[in-house]
Amino acid sequence: MITALQEVQEIHTEVQVNGGAVIATLRRVSKNFGEVHALRQVDFSVRAGELVALLGPNGAGKTTAVKLFLGLAKPTTGTVSVFGGDPIHAEVRTRIGAMLQVAKVPETLRVREHIDLFSSYYPNPLPLAETLTLAGLQEIKDREFGELSGGQRQRVLFALALCGNPDILFLDEPTVGLDVESRRVLWEEIRRLVARGKTVLLTTHYLEEADALADRVVVINRGEIIAEGTPAEIKANTAGRRIRCVTSLDIEIVRSLPGVIEVRRDREGLEIRVRSAEPILRELLMRDARLSGIEVTSAGLEEAFLALTSANNGAA
Amino acid sequence: MATAPIALGNSSWARPLSRTLAIYFKEAKYEFLTRLRLRAYSISTISFPLMFYVLFGLVLNHKDAPVGGVGIATYLIPSYGTFGVMGASLFGTASGLAAERGLGWLQVKRASPMPPFAYFAAKVALGMIFSAVVVVLLLLLGITVGGVHLPVLDAAKLVAILVAGSLPFCAMGLAIGYFVGPNSAVATINLIYLPLSFCSGLWVPIMFLPKVMQQIAHFLPPYHLAQLAFSVVGAGQHESNLIHWEALIGFSLICLGVARLGFQRDEGKTYG
Repeated sequence: MITALQEVQEIHTEVQVNGGAVIATLRRVSKNFGEVHALRQVDFSVRAGELVALLGPNGAGKTTAVKLFLGLAKPTTGTVSVFGGDPIHAEVRTRIGAMLQVAKVPETLRVREHIDLFSSYYPNPLPLAETLTLAGLQEIKDREFGELSGGQRQRVLFALALCGNPDILFLDEPTVGLDVESRRVLWEEIRRLVARGKTVLLTTHYLEEADALADRVVVINRGEIIAEGTPAEIKANTAGRRIRCVTSLDIEIVRSLPGVIEVRRDREGLEIRVRSAEPILRELLMRDARLSGIEVTSAGLEEAFLALTSANNGAA
Repeated sequence: MATAPIALGNSSWARPLSRTLAIYFKEAKYEFLTRLRLRAYSISTISFPLMFYVLFGLVLNHKDAPVGGVGIATYLIPSYGTFGVMGASLFGTASGLAAERGLGWLQVKRASPMPPFAYFAAKVALGMIFSAVVVVLLLLLGITVGGVHLPVLDAAKLVAILVAGSLPFCAMGLAIGYFVGPNSAVATINLIYLPLSFCSGLWVPIMFLPKVMQQIAHFLPPYHLAQLAFSVVGAGQHESNLIHWEALIGFSLICLGVARLGFQRDEGKTYG
């Protein structure tokens, strides 16, 4: 199933030619923590103006990759470069914004005070009012951090990442633990940033998030990049679509149709996983005039992802 | 994969000094506000020494029982002053550092272009400011309620010595903050702070302690700071002040060395 990977990468090369200049790169980067190989020989770059999602299950190496880009960790082998320099230098860091997973933020500082302090670190920060608007914090700017809800807290951390008016933002699991509503609000804000010409790398294990936001998805598992492409490409090259219907056709007959990947009995009907829905639907309707309850769904990144990672695990 | 890195316009990048100073100021200002609003810190650091002073220096004060050559209300100002300075400095540095280090906040700041030293300077400034507040309040209480007579110059000298004396304990706090976890920080500080205060003669005057303990006290930094403070009001053991300064400076350097080891260990963990 992973033969698709080669193809995806080829398509991707073309995307790169048309895209902006490379501004952040991991070149043959490996990172070991003792016996643990967090990243193995990873080649990965981010181009100006794109929104890349680094997608993978917990422990895949996403956070490690972000920390390398931020100069918070040094690669065991390979090189990291952001804007042509080592991100350990303050001059590179003035062009970077970061949102990390943090267990506790000083709770007795007000929202605007947190932003004021972080803005002071940068040479050309956004005006306070603009940062507040971009992160949707205008109404709670005088609240202490400890009084905020989970979604509001994440938006403050997001504001700290963008207040310095950086060219590239690294967002590590920006919506982890948020409810659907808060997640959508943050997505909207991230989209607005990209519309302003910023470059964003975000990590996520929410497949829906990568699908909804990213121009390009890089799937990572066990420290290795296992697929790369647009959300549509990744989906198209892996799991296809899913048809549900109630039919009197024998399950073996359905299974024998060309293009069918998998058939399961689902209560009174069948659930059929296919590469492409239309030819199979035509065939089914022709063979069973009383076919009913048709439902076609995109397999979704979720399944694409499961297919990719399980294939990868099987090979390992 | 072909890359076209964008070169940085100015390779000899440096932040203008005025902006660097502005960052240091803001860092300290917000550290102060954070802590001031954190009542667990601000109220307890200030009220414990004052409470002890009111109880033992004012309420239970027998005017005919001088200690170390001066009235008890006078004697206890340098004594509880040292105690208060230790508390403000240790808790001001160690508990914040341990929590921010252990729970990820320091990493968020390190990922920004913040000058790393500004972070530590803010914690030390905080310890010194709260130290000054404790000492000034003790003096005011003594003078207004306790009938303490102290020339203005001596009072100023006492404040200056005790505030300067906050530095060794800030250094100690940074060292502790690098080697304790976020949840055990407060307990660890208390385990060090309280016995150290007692053994240095800050609760029970040193001459009332057993001989052995008086000998041990010479190895404890709070003893030396207290002796410097006592010398201003004419009490204390009347040893050479030079020895006390040397002891405090030596102790500060050791603590800074330990803190540096912790800093490098942390950086090693992230950069290694």
